[in-house]
Amino acid sequence: MDLNDAHQPAGSDAILAPVGARTHWFVGGPPARDAIEVRAPDGVIEYEPADMTITVGAGTSFATLDRVLAEHGQECPLDPRAPTATIGGILACGLSGTRRLRHGPVRDQVLEVRFETGDGRLVKGGGPTVKNVTGYDIPRLFVGSLGTLGILQQVTLRCRPRPAAARWYESGDTRAVFRPSARLWSGGSEAVLIEGAGADVAEQARQLAGHTELDKPPTPPDGPHRGRVSVAPGRVAECVRALPPDVDWCAELGVGTIHVATDRAEALARARRVAHDHDGWLLREAGGEPDDDGFGCALPNEALMRRIKAAFDPGGRLNPGRLPLASRGRG
Amino acid sequence: MGRERASLEPLELALYARDAGVATGRAAAVCFPSSGREVAAAVRVARRHERPFVARGSGTGLAGGATPLDDPVVIVTTRMNRVLEIDAEARVAWVEPGVLNLDLSRAVAHLGLHYAPDPSSQQACTIGGNVGTNAGGPHCLAEGVTSAHVLAVDVVLADGTETRLGGLEPDAPGYDLRGCFVGSEGTMGIATRIAVRLTPDPPCVATMLCAFDSVESAAATVSGVIAAGVLPAALEMMDARITQAVEDFVGAGYPRDAQAVLLVEVDGLPAGVAANVESISEIARSNGATSVRVAADDNERALLWKGRKSAFGAIARVAPDYYLHDAVVPRTRLVEVLRRVYAIAGAHNLIVMNVFHAGDGNLHPLLVFDRREAGVWDRVYAAGIEILEACLDAGGVLTGEHGVGLEKRDLMPRMFSAADLDAQACLRDAFDPDGVANPQKVLPRGSRCGELQRVPEGTWI
Repeated sequence: MDLNDAHQPAGSDAILAPVGARTHWFVGGPPARDAIEVRAPDGVIEYEPADMTITVGAGTSFATLDRVLAEHGQECPLDPRAPTATIGGILACGLSGTRRLRHGPVRDQVLEVRFETGDGRLVKGGGPTVKNVTGYDIPRLFVGSLGTLGILQQVTLRCRPRPAAARWYESGDTRAVFRPSARLWSGGSEAVLIEGAGADVAEQARQLAGHTELDKPPTPPDGPHRGRVSVAPGRVAECVRALPPDVDWCAELGVGTIHVATDRAEALARARRVAHDHDGWLLREAGGEPDDDGFGCALPNEALMRRIKAAFDPGGRLNPGRLPLASRGRG
Repeated sequence: MGRERASLEPLELALYARDAGVATGRAAAVCFPSSGREVAAAVRVARRHERPFVARGSGTGLAGGATPLDDPVVIVTTRMNRVLEIDAEARVAWVEPGVLNLDLSRAVAHLGLHYAPDPSSQQACTIGGNVGTNAGGPHCLAEGVTSAHVLAVDVVLADGTETRLGGLEPDAPGYDLRGCFVGSEGTMGIATRIAVRLTPDPPCVATMLCAFDSVESAAATVSGVIAAGVLPAALEMMDARITQAVEDFVGAGYPRDAQAVLLVEVDGLPAGVAANVESISEIARSNGATSVRVAADDNERALLWKGRKSAFGAIARVAPDYYLHDAVVPRTRLVEVLRRVYAIAGAHNLIVMNVFHAGDGNLHPLLVFDRREAGVWDRVYAAGIEILEACLDAGGVLTGEHGVGLEKRDLMPRMFSAADLDAQACLRDAFDPDGVANPQKVLPRGSRCGELQRVPEGTWI
């Protein structure tokens, strides 16, 4: 259903669930059963390569965005797990890609958002230029908000030059690499992504003890029950040691994200408890136990978050249940 | 908090009646807490006496963000100036809000690290103030502004409660309250401890000075560099007047006959740096650069930067007063916007100097004047408004790094619709339902949460 038709016929009480490509459909919890699904427009709205900014409909897939940017030697390092993911979906879920170590999280790539409120108003937050502090940072507020504050319609992103060379290497210790783009560790040797001028990449690799080049990037663990742990980077090693043996994991060193996957829902629940024991948390991305609320922990500053939710969506129409507080707010 | 750290003395209150902006307010009381607990106590005392409160660092803000309005308690954070913790391995430092920006970089220099955002006022401005305004600086072109470098903030909210927004873990559950708070200009509470990301020093740095015989050629070079897919660490532009003033002031080795100079820095690993220096030199020459010089050593580099960072001090040699704007335009529109900026100043019979972060399109037109001249302030003000309008017309924004504060508050409806401002007011109300944290800043009157009335056209004047 087109967004603009969505709630008129359904009346003001209709529950809305913005939908992208469903690549991260269960992040944060399942959508409400009676929700009307609404989609954002798709396609590039404005792209000026010399400004290194691009404006797209929130329903545009990452694959499309990446193809358009590549034609001008640019990229936007959102790096979703599935390239069919939409820009709106990536932002709403707030899941950063593995190159975050060098290029920053998803929230640092967003310049302006335009969204529709629960009561049908079109609102803009942020601004189209690469630098802007005019007014409150609503774009960052929307990253990770899981469609509970507004329905993203249009997004302006910051782009950057594609690196001249990008190669993955494996080595016992990759700490000496100057600002690598990613460092992944699944218990054995580390995989490191080095980007930059060809000669610099080669020289950095030469200094890595006993390195081998990988033909393709390491694949994160997969399984019916999947999520990502967020802990302080300094606590990654002790956290993975405490994970149950039937949980596959891959840690982003220097970032603190640990991707976990398992065949058993119960093991994912235990991984979540391990995350809590290390002052972190686990966002469920797929599977999990049936009553799982997606976060598994009380939200810090819940009262403040509830007030924000109420301010943006007074009727509680947008994706109720997606955040722990939202479900209670509606119940 | 002891009596020695709070004051009602008229002389002291007068000192805190304004920041580096143009407006003057009035403080009811001023206090100098030394801990988060004391900040919370100060907020509670203010509330008990039904006073708003205003957080203040060094008072270097140019947009009037720390101007005390509605007879508030001014809470000065300069005594909270300790670097609390440095984790070189994780590249994180916990600091108190009163730590000076440059002092933080100095404190971690021996570890081969620095704090990337580097406002021109970095010798004087505080990290807490930087968080308030989401401050920028020349090196934010490649590294991003303050928000990209703040991981967590311990804050005292408007109701006096203490809490942490964000955290050292890469993502916090729920909404990004840290992201909301950074840049909220003291309207969502007061930062009492800040966790910042530290950046490794680059192994290789090249600083270049390119001279041009027209501002247009320099601006075209900026657009050309970005269009060619080169992202320098910094890309700063200075026009003829400011170049000469700086040269007279510090002798940075800038060419006196240039109509414009670009100060360009590239850093990273040697091959990438060499390739970027070559691309930039080529683009500058193809746009008619009269000279392209690469600093031979660290001394020359430091001197070139000293020139740029002394620009505002050098202006005193031209005229006693200046008024500085801070708009951003798309980088492809720099040439035409600069042309309009000069035309507007000329039409108002004013001198304008341009020294700015060209790489990210962040203009800093300086209107210089002598306030003793009758009626000059009206001309300066009118020209400033026209310049901002020209930037907005070119698809730009009102402020890139200084903040809205008081100065640009009433211009907000030029950039945002009533619905946009309403959403921002709702967000502010969620943090501070009673409107006691830095009242009357950022949002114009009428953008009240829940009210949908449109602000009548023209009320901002």
